[in-house]
Amino acid sequence: MKYMLMMHAPKEGWTTAGIGTWPPKDIQAHIDFMMKLNGKLQESGEFVRAEGLAGPEEAKSVRARKDGTPDTDGPFAESKEFLAGFWIVDVESTKRAYEIAAIASAAPGKGGVPLNMPIEVRQVMSAPCADV
Amino acid sequence: MSAASGIEHLLRELAPQVLGAVVRRFGDFAAAEDAVQEALLAVATQWPLEGLPDNPRGWLIHVAARRMTDALRSDIARREREALLTRQEWPFLDPSALETETEGGADDTLALLFMCCHPALTPASAIALTLRAVGGLTTTEIAEAFLVPEATMAKRITRAKQSIKDSGVPFEMPGAGERAERLASVLHVLYLVFNEGYTTSGGAELHRADLSNEAIRLTRAVRALLPDDTEVAGLLALMLLTDARRPARAGTDGELIPLKEQDRSLWNRAAIVEGVALVSAALSKGTIGPYQLQAAIAAVHDEAARAEDTDWPQILALYGLLLRMSDNPMVALNHAIATAMVEGPRAGLDRLDALDADGRIAGHRRLHAVRAHLLELAGEASAAIEHYLVAAGKTDSLPERNYLMTQAARLREERG
Repeated sequence: MKYMLMMHAPKEGWTTAGIGTWPPKDIQAHIDFMMKLNGKLQESGEFVRAEGLAGPEEAKSVRARKDGTPDTDGPFAESKEFLAGFWIVDVESTKRAYEIAAIASAAPGKGGVPLNMPIEVRQVMSAPCADV
Repeated sequence: MSAASGIEHLLRELAPQVLGAVVRRFGDFAAAEDAVQEALLAVATQWPLEGLPDNPRGWLIHVAARRMTDALRSDIARREREALLTRQEWPFLDPSALETETEGGADDTLALLFMCCHPALTPASAIALTLRAVGGLTTTEIAEAFLVPEATMAKRITRAKQSIKDSGVPFEMPGAGERAERLASVLHVLYLVFNEGYTTSGGAELHRADLSNEAIRLTRAVRALLPDDTEVAGLLALMLLTDARRPARAGTDGELIPLKEQDRSLWNRAAIVEGVALVSAALSKGTIGPYQLQAAIAAVHDEAARAEDTDWPQILALYGLLLRMSDNPMVALNHAIATAMVEGPRAGLDRLDALDADGRIAGHRRLHAVRAHLLELAGEASAAIEHYLVAAGKTDSLPERNYLMTQAARLREERG
């Protein structure tokens, strides 16, 4: 079963307390943690994909105008959270997907304190059952 | 068949036999697998120049065993250098004993299957290892079939080999007492491979014929090795009878077409004839099992020229037998559908009500989907719409969600 694990970071305080404001060693510890997690998922044969997304500063929301051309809007100051990155894992059970999400959630933040970020866990659509 | 595809076919048949022979001799599964891969690579450079050897299997075993002994010798030399070990005798370092063997090829393939499908492995590991070691698929091909990166699949296979090593699973034919249980694991893994191909985990598109074909090919091989086993015949029949409907199962845009609406002229007649013959012969032998019963049900569907010609009383009786044999809520669900087709939707819905108390299936999307269908048959459109939508929200399959949402929308429109 494949799951997407979406890491949401708080938008509020992003510029004043976000990762860019941490001491270098804390940033390095956070990056090391993420690299190590990906390595473990590769080692366990559960890794499908992982991506970090660029910061919310340049985030745009796009809609089609009547003529089909893109109408860009944003970034949106009012949103509470933003998608910081995601994993797709291929696991034996939902329980295992939750375990991985909990590990990611506890990534170290400033001063090595676990961030306990919300990780949204969603199943990736797969096969229909054999007998319809 | 061209010469190249003839050789490819030969190699796929011989590879598990060669691997089996080398594992039996040297014991180390992971190293043996590497050695056999190298032997198969040597084919590409040597056979075109030297021609097909008189005994291709012996040639492959010789080359693989040579690689194995070279690896072992360098390993021993390294250890001697490192630890100044006293020289030990390694009688099996002489590969000539192996290459003269002509017996045992078939048994080795079977022993290899028993090892790869050992219940100590998770299903995902067993599937990957079976496709690699017995099916002869490359890691890349398996990774593509399961839509994971090649590195991930390589790790999964490595871990599966390690699990076999750690659990001490011996390379041998299980004894008589254990045999039925172990064969059940093998058949289950083959069934999962077939299903993976038939239903695909790819999301949008419906078919991945390669895995289904591979499962059928391997099951045919098992049947050739165990011609008297009725459940092996039953599984092969089930696969053929299910696969026969593949051409009619999806529309041009990948949308699911339910059995009763399929264009039956698209069904594969040859597969149906073969499947029906297999399951009929198996059932007449007397030892009835779940795969034979499922195949028999598939046969009843496949033999109906039109959906309305389906012999539902026969299907109901078969599900009744299956239910007595295995306490499986999914079987109970299908039994309820058959009940509805024979005794009317109300009788089917009563059966579903009983299933609501079963924690294994209560709230399951299939239960909602079937209830929606039977409510629709009973003329209760509003309740049917509600359950179609609940099922659509719970399904993990895109084509299935599209189908369920469309059913609800159609009913809403009809109701006006």
